[in-house]
Amino acid sequence: MLSSHIKKTGNSLEKTEKGSWVMKYIISGILGAAALGLMATAASAGTLEDVKAKGFLQCGVSTGLAGFSAPNDKGDWQGLDVDFCRAVAAAIFGDGTKVKFTPLSAKERFTALQSGEIDMLSRNTTWTINRDTALGLNFVGVTYYDGQGFMINAKKLPGVNSALQLSGAAVCVQTGTTTELNLADYFKANKMEYSPVVFEKLEEVDAAYDAGRCDVYTTDQSGLYGIRLKLSSPDDHVVLPEIISKEPLGPAVRQGDDKWYHIVKWVYFGLLTAEELGITQANVEEMKASGNPEIKRVLGTEADTKIGTDLGLGNDWVVNIVKAVGNYGEVFERNVGQGSPLKIARGINALWTKGGLQYAPPIR
Amino acid sequence: MSQDIGYVRTEMALPQPAPLRERGPLAWMRKNLFANPFDSALTIVGLVIVAMILPPLFNWAIVNAQWTGTDRTFCATVAQGGIQPDGWSGACWAFVKAKFGQFMFGRYPLDERWRVILVAIMFVALLVPLLIPRVPRKGLNAVLFFLVLPVVSYFLLIGGVFGLPHVETPLWGGLLVTLTLSFVGIVVSLPVGILLALGRRSKMPVVKMLCVIFIETVRGVPLITVLFMASVMLPLFLPAGVSFDKFLRALIGVSLFASAYMAEVVRGGLQAIPKGQYEGADSLGLSYWQKMGLIVLPQALKLVIPGIVNTFIGMFKDTSLVYIISMFDLLGVVRQNFSDAAWASPQTPASGLVFAALVFWIFCFGMSRYSIFMERRLDTGHKR
Repeated sequence: MLSSHIKKTGNSLEKTEKGSWVMKYIISGILGAAALGLMATAASAGTLEDVKAKGFLQCGVSTGLAGFSAPNDKGDWQGLDVDFCRAVAAAIFGDGTKVKFTPLSAKERFTALQSGEIDMLSRNTTWTINRDTALGLNFVGVTYYDGQGFMINAKKLPGVNSALQLSGAAVCVQTGTTTELNLADYFKANKMEYSPVVFEKLEEVDAAYDAGRCDVYTTDQSGLYGIRLKLSSPDDHVVLPEIISKEPLGPAVRQGDDKWYHIVKWVYFGLLTAEELGITQANVEEMKASGNPEIKRVLGTEADTKIGTDLGLGNDWVVNIVKAVGNYGEVFERNVGQGSPLKIARGINALWTKGGLQYAPPIR
Repeated sequence: MSQDIGYVRTEMALPQPAPLRERGPLAWMRKNLFANPFDSALTIVGLVIVAMILPPLFNWAIVNAQWTGTDRTFCATVAQGGIQPDGWSGACWAFVKAKFGQFMFGRYPLDERWRVILVAIMFVALLVPLLIPRVPRKGLNAVLFFLVLPVVSYFLLIGGVFGLPHVETPLWGGLLVTLTLSFVGIVVSLPVGILLALGRRSKMPVVKMLCVIFIETVRGVPLITVLFMASVMLPLFLPAGVSFDKFLRALIGVSLFASAYMAEVVRGGLQAIPKGQYEGADSLGLSYWQKMGLIVLPQALKLVIPGIVNTFIGMFKDTSLVYIISMFDLLGVVRQNFSDAAWASPQTPASGLVFAALVFWIFCFGMSRYSIFMERRLDTGHKR
């Protein structure tokens, strides 16, 4: 009797979910006010101590987004966001399995963090100033640099290899999202015409694009690769290089607990540093014997090191992380990169040494 | 002589079969399908539509379907990065097969699933005799089903006692959640709904007002709002760290909701009973509860069986709304698994949804047929 009330049901792509502006302001207002009230209680309890006492980490993930958090055949969660939770658990307990996942919809995610239902949020959430301040969150870093991109049907638009050549195209887009607004801005700024073909639900957008009702599909770029897998002739479709919006996705924790914030943040940096130094899941044990002072510092094999204990963890925290999930590069390739069906290129998510944006401050 | 009269028969004429044009499949077709030009046209149009839909559907679901496989390559064409020939289109039952455990139990731990199966066996073993009128000992059966079974199921499913490992409700999912939600909703909503309906027709102003307020408030708010408030806003009002189970919140929300609708269905039945029945009961000196329990309700409930079952079926399907509070009923789990990149293919969503539709249909159709059976059985007059 009420089924018609289901409005938004995310599936592959519930990414940065940008509801209508009005709704967004109302919700953030309510949540912000509530966060202020709750912050005092949240701040007094040390999250690390709570987590250790519980014996597991409670981590909020998305309800299902290909490559970031999705259940596999056995029902275990897997994905980039999920592996980050495992890495934090490994750093704390030396065991990447001591983590419980709470699947959260886009609307629930901030409340769940503020109310203490989860210890950290690792759910393809875009880092914005509003969320950092008014919502009372602290983003620890950017585990995936995403942005709105375009996918075109190369058979219908031969010779197009840049979004600037899309003038006059019919563009499929989900309505009521910032994706739709970004699209309008981009075409207006570049003085191009387009006809939007809008749908309420992502499945409808997918189907319309596959049926050829529009030439161009726009949404966050990581999602475009997931959608391409579901098209009837994926090889005809090309993701264009242009990114028209910044969507830095990263894990977040509650404000007011610096110790916990540092742990989650340095787990992220630890993953990056391990990749930079060539420490992998396979060779981490051999690397412990390495004479390289930098590696010794990171792996905690240096005499009298206090790097891990200062953080509130064991000195072998990076060893535990890498043993559990591998380094950042391995996590990326396994979940969204060449080792996965999505086959997303590293692009700007490569290390800074390889021309990307992933950069970790020194561990010393 | 009478025996010489040729035209007097001495024995009864044998009954003749009806003329050919009145019997056999041809006559049936002429009567039911081609009685007049309009009927004939409709029949032909209908046949054409069936002929257009059925063979492709059959091909998709059976002939071309992929029954086995370990990942998306089995359900994708070569151009899509799979092994099927180009232009192939068939159901991906391999996906349903690989995820079947999840569809039934959600992420309930593999080693503990026997507990769910045990509960399911007990449920069926107690429900079936309860539904068949001929089987004796209905009283004992009902006590076991409505009082003992829920308690036993609770301990079996949740665990944490008698050496059973604790299984938190966030790990529940699939058909387990669908059936638990709708079973509890059905069992709670019928008695509560009857009480609310009686309360609404009561002559006691306070009782009447409370019932009216409850019914109208709950009916005036969409279920999705109730669930969303319970899941998102409630934790903000509770002190940090204090939370009570999300599944329980959904159970309460669904039960209250169904009760309000049930109350209105039952009220319809109460109002259909002629005043003479009430007055007759009063003149016999029956108390209020005797009057209701012996005279009015048996007639009223019988009248509204279709409405009651309609509410049950609606609620069974509405349980899918718990998806928005990140709980995964059968449909939710199916949709969640579309995001598994290892199975993403053009055929996966359709196959998963067809499977979910089939399961929902089996349950709803079962309820519907049983309600028709009960209607016929309880039909003691008033034939129209």
